[in-house]
Amino acid sequence: MPEMTRFDVQARIAEIRALAEAARDKKAAYGPDLDLSRFNPAADAQSVESLESLEKQVKEVALGVGIDTKEENRSGTYFQVDRSPIYERVTEMYGGKLEIMSTAQALQLYPELMYEKYYWRAVAPDKDKYTAQVALQPTEGYFIRVLPGQKIEKPIQACLFVSENNISQNVHNVIIMEEGSEATVITGCTIHPKVREGLHAGISEFYVGKGAKLTFTMIHNWAEDFDVRPRTGIVVEEDGTYVNNYVLLKPVKSIQSFPVARLVGARSRAVFNSIVYGLADSYIDIGSESVLEGPGSRSEAVARTVTKDRSIVYSRGRLVGRTNDCKAHLDCRGMVQSEQSTQWAIPDLASEGAPGAELSHEAAISPIAAEEIYYLMSRGVPKDEAVSMITRGFLDLEIPGLPPALKRQIDKALEETAKESM
Amino acid sequence: MTDPAPLLVVEDLHVSVGDREILRGVDLVISEGETHVLLGPNGGGKTTLLNTIVGLPGYRVTQGRILFKGVDLAGLDIDERARMGIGVAFQRPPAVRGIKLRQLIEVAADGRFDEAMLADLVGELSLENMIDRDVNMGFSGGEMKRSEMAQLLAQAPDLTLFDEPESGVDLDNIAVVGAAMTRLLKAERAGMSKRSGLIVTHTGHILEYVNADIGHVLYGGRLACRGNPRDLIDEISRHGYDKCVECAICQR
Ligand SMILES: Nc1ncnc2c1ncn2[C@@H]1O[C@H](COP(=O)(O)OP(=O)(O)O)[C@@H](O)[C@H]1O
Ligand SMILES: [Mg+2]
Repeated sequence: MPEMTRFDVQARIAEIRALAEAARDKKAAYGPDLDLSRFNPAADAQSVESLESLEKQVKEVALGVGIDTKEENRSGTYFQVDRSPIYERVTEMYGGKLEIMSTAQALQLYPELMYEKYYWRAVAPDKDKYTAQVALQPTEGYFIRVLPGQKIEKPIQACLFVSENNISQNVHNVIIMEEGSEATVITGCTIHPKVREGLHAGISEFYVGKGAKLTFTMIHNWAEDFDVRPRTGIVVEEDGTYVNNYVLLKPVKSIQSFPVARLVGARSRAVFNSIVYGLADSYIDIGSESVLEGPGSRSEAVARTVTKDRSIVYSRGRLVGRTNDCKAHLDCRGMVQSEQSTQWAIPDLASEGAPGAELSHEAAISPIAAEEIYYLMSRGVPKDEAVSMITRGFLDLEIPGLPPALKRQIDKALEETAKESM
Repeated sequence: MTDPAPLLVVEDLHVSVGDREILRGVDLVISEGETHVLLGPNGGGKTTLLNTIVGLPGYRVTQGRILFKGVDLAGLDIDERARMGIGVAFQRPPAVRGIKLRQLIEVAADGRFDEAMLADLVGELSLENMIDRDVNMGFSGGEMKRSEMAQLLAQAPDLTLFDEPESGVDLDNIAVVGAAMTRLLKAERAGMSKRSGLIVTHTGHILEYVNADIGHVLYGGRLACRGNPRDLIDEISRHGYDKCVECAICQR
């Protein structure tokens, strides 16, 4: 990184703290309010020499969220258990192209740069009580930096793992894509099978530099009594591209997430793809916002949601045009498969002083078509299998740029979920 | 040679859709190896008869019965009937988002199909541009029929029902569809007699490409007339359905 002019780190730390203190009890705009005092602080975990030495159960659940503990076909790994980074590694061929460490380490290594430009700059510490909690009681998180011009062909993987019951994991992640760099990051968030309840609050700040491209895929796999509050901010510069893929196929108590991408650079782009399966009593409130500021900026958000059982799903999408030459589209389709479930599709478009902005949306909620079920049955497919095939097909977004192995894992998870929920 | 065994027996079939009775006593026997043709005016109930045999909900049998291979189909689900050997080419099959034609061919084949057979099918029906697309999504009329034929060739039913296979299809495609139908109906089955078919046609064009043994006219909720399919079509095109029902060529 280039030499920085002096920046008053201590003053900024105090400022972040003051902002967070003031927001301690500030309810979030969406989602059920949580009493944060009922969660215990996250405990320490032991570092490991190799991911292969992890307990078998841990490896299995990690695999379920796209984390390959053999690290085959991965350029690097970050693995955190509860509050401790237990493993960080950049594979040899990517040495000098890529940095992976905990955010705390990055703050030590690049204090001025981090505090001035990246840490709490895309997400505000006083946004709500969850950002405040992470600011006041941080429990690590990953820092990934891809150096200028480096194209990292193999995905980088990061696992945020909760191993103890009823703790609050408050991670803060930062990804910096330097000018002209490209990478795919897979983040898997999951828990040990013994964990019933707890909280994952995660701040993610992603900076996509000039002409850089970040494909970020997040797979969530929680438990029926687990609460999740990610807070994500993305800044995309000139000719930069950000692709966000989100997959949630298992029950959760509540999750509320609404990443915001600011497309500040000319011709910058953001794409959001979400696949959500509402099961059991899950309360899921997900969405995305693209703020189009740079001339020629483009955004597209596609969401597919299915609700079963007694689940509640909100699928939001907001497009804000602030420049004349911008174009964005939302496409949210929901399928309701139970009498007790609820779905909301909430598209939201705004043009702020930008008469040339072209913003559009398609939102639909519909049942599974009986005619399609009969069609498959007429080829000899039993009814329950036909329903499961159609549901899988509906959720299959054919996300471009997804590594084939990850695609197979998602397909497998979709298949399992469809089977289990029958 | 002994007479071929009856494969499908429809006896005094009455079918209502909603509270309207559409079929009012249909009798029909299709034996192994036979291809029958079903003619009749628009709205006469041809599709209703096919869908009732297939087992689609909404077609209520109020009287009579359908036997397939000697088994009464009442109470059997669509998929059970399909697995017994009944196949159908729909006139307007639905588009299914996220399900590829390839997947449907695979499930229809139910494990009887390998890569080489699939490749042959793709070549024969020119499916190159369709095989990895969502089934029927944005397919042209001809593509839709070719897709139906591919699924049926994979399924290899003992009895295939075709609902207006020529509708919405240009001449080039009719020839391809007709050839596939012929292959489907004339395929030799090891140690068994040939397959059977029931072709619904409004125009009769398809009969230039497929041989059929017996024709019927569905009129007034019954099979009013039976004869050589070509003679029936000539008669209908000259005198219309009303006269046809009373005419001399009818063997009933
Ligand atoms: N699903 C349905 N709902 C309501 N009416 C139907 C339905 N299917 C068929 N019908 C009615 O039954 C009659 C026979 O239709 P159909 O079997 O499609 O005739 P054909 O195939 O000979 O043209 C028509 O009057 C049609 O409107
Ligand atoms: Mg019809």
